[in-house]
Amino acid sequence: MNFYDIIFYIFAAITILSALFVVTTKNIIYSAFYLLFTFFGVAGIYVLLGADFIAIAQIMVYVGGILILLLFGVMLTNKVTGVEIKSGTVQIMPAVIGTGIFMGAVVAAMFFTNWRSEPASLPAGTANELGHLLLNDYVLIFELLGILLLIALIGAASIARREKE
Amino acid sequence: MYQFIYDLTGNMIISTLVVAVFPLVNVLLVALIGVYLERKVSAWMQDRVGPNRTGPYGLFQTVADFVKMMQKEDAVSNEVDKKLYNIAPVLVFAGSFAAYAAIPFSSKLIGSEAEVGIFYVIAISSLVVAGILMAGWSSNNKYSLLGAMRSAAQIVSYEIPTALVVLSMVMLTGTLSLSKMSEMQTAYFWNWNIFGGAAFALNKFLLIPFMLVGFIIVFISTLAEVNRTPFDIPEAESELVAGYFTEYCGMKWAMFMLSEYGNMFAVSAIVSILFFGGYQSPIGYLGNTIGATWLIPYEQAFWFVAKGWFFILVQMWLRWTLPRLRVDQLMAVCWKYLIPYAFLNLIIIGIISLL
Repeated sequence: MNFYDIIFYIFAAITILSALFVVTTKNIIYSAFYLLFTFFGVAGIYVLLGADFIAIAQIMVYVGGILILLLFGVMLTNKVTGVEIKSGTVQIMPAVIGTGIFMGAVVAAMFFTNWRSEPASLPAGTANELGHLLLNDYVLIFELLGILLLIALIGAASIARREKE
Repeated sequence: MYQFIYDLTGNMIISTLVVAVFPLVNVLLVALIGVYLERKVSAWMQDRVGPNRTGPYGLFQTVADFVKMMQKEDAVSNEVDKKLYNIAPVLVFAGSFAAYAAIPFSSKLIGSEAEVGIFYVIAISSLVVAGILMAGWSSNNKYSLLGAMRSAAQIVSYEIPTALVVLSMVMLTGTLSLSKMSEMQTAYFWNWNIFGGAAFALNKFLLIPFMLVGFIIVFISTLAEVNRTPFDIPEAESELVAGYFTEYCGMKWAMFMLSEYGNMFAVSAIVSILFFGGYQSPIGYLGNTIGATWLIPYEQAFWFVAKGWFFILVQMWLRWTLPRLRVDQLMAVCWKYLIPYAFLNLIIIGIISLL
């Protein structure tokens, strides 16, 4: 077990534990903050996989954008009404069967897949190759996604601007 | 630096920790001297004397304040959300200190030479926003919550012009790595990006006005990101007591101050790396002249810290000169002026660099 293995297990533990707390905690604001650690742990695992650009994009988009938005939404509603979110269990039997099948499928996939393993090496930066791929091979998809985001942005702005008569 | 200590000790964990200590010492020094200077600068600008009782010229005032702060009782109000209240200062400081991992202090003293340097610095600063929101919400105080909301809105908005200018610089230099960016702007000030970069061609002269615009935009927006006057509405004392850290006292409050000063140096460092050559000397290296190349990294560290301090002094100067902006003016400055200009600048720099 070397240095990087230890770091991997730390990040994995952070991700799994905080994800568990996100769904089990009763306080919605705690869920939102636990989600911060989940995103952070996932970013750490991306780094260990050698995907540095994706890791930073993960932090940028999820922590810097989506989580802040979530927090804004939750904070402006929680203390005012004092809503306790439901995290009890209903329909235990169907839930157990459903999650059991899903778990079995995941575990089976884990054991029966022929994983390609390579000797560990210090990965080079990926930003350059990603840029080339996005602007050469996948330029159409890239542009379409850009247009999609632009449409969403214009839609959001027009909804926010709508004035009352 | 890392390699040197690794060869010396042969232990990855120890050498990583030792390398991480250097920026920490820098942050502590910036806070220690920065608080003193802030008082002195404000005093000079307002024709006062400033602290002059503790030590010669009041030099030990910050040390005395620090000792006082250590002795303070850690008072926690009953109504706060204890868990989040205690984590928030740590998260805010962690976010601002994490940025130092990618900042090159000299060609030898670099935490991480990761290729995503500047992108990482911009992304990791979002931890600060989460920490500020956590502090504001858990304090259970309307002023704290208002301050946190304002701060988050401000930082998230001003990230956009910063990112756009950074993007134009990335386009020009062709790298995201901060150490490569500083390396490309070789010694002597006319090779810095603000003067069009190191390559001598027509582009260099065409770029100068747009570099100046980019510098002004990025300086204004990073000033807003560190929540300092004229952009200090998150902690506007005449409206919100102290904003998101109203309920904090003693060492927890000190953590917020520490992260503010750490942030000030970090954004100054980013501005100087993007436009003012990073650790490169403006007048050539003494080490080259007298033939002692081992001297160069030390000179580079000196110039880097000097540039950081220069921009911190400019920030202080602005703080004690300009009045605070109103909330709507603040948002108007960002969305109606800085972002369009930054976009235009991005396109023009792109066209010029293609010439």
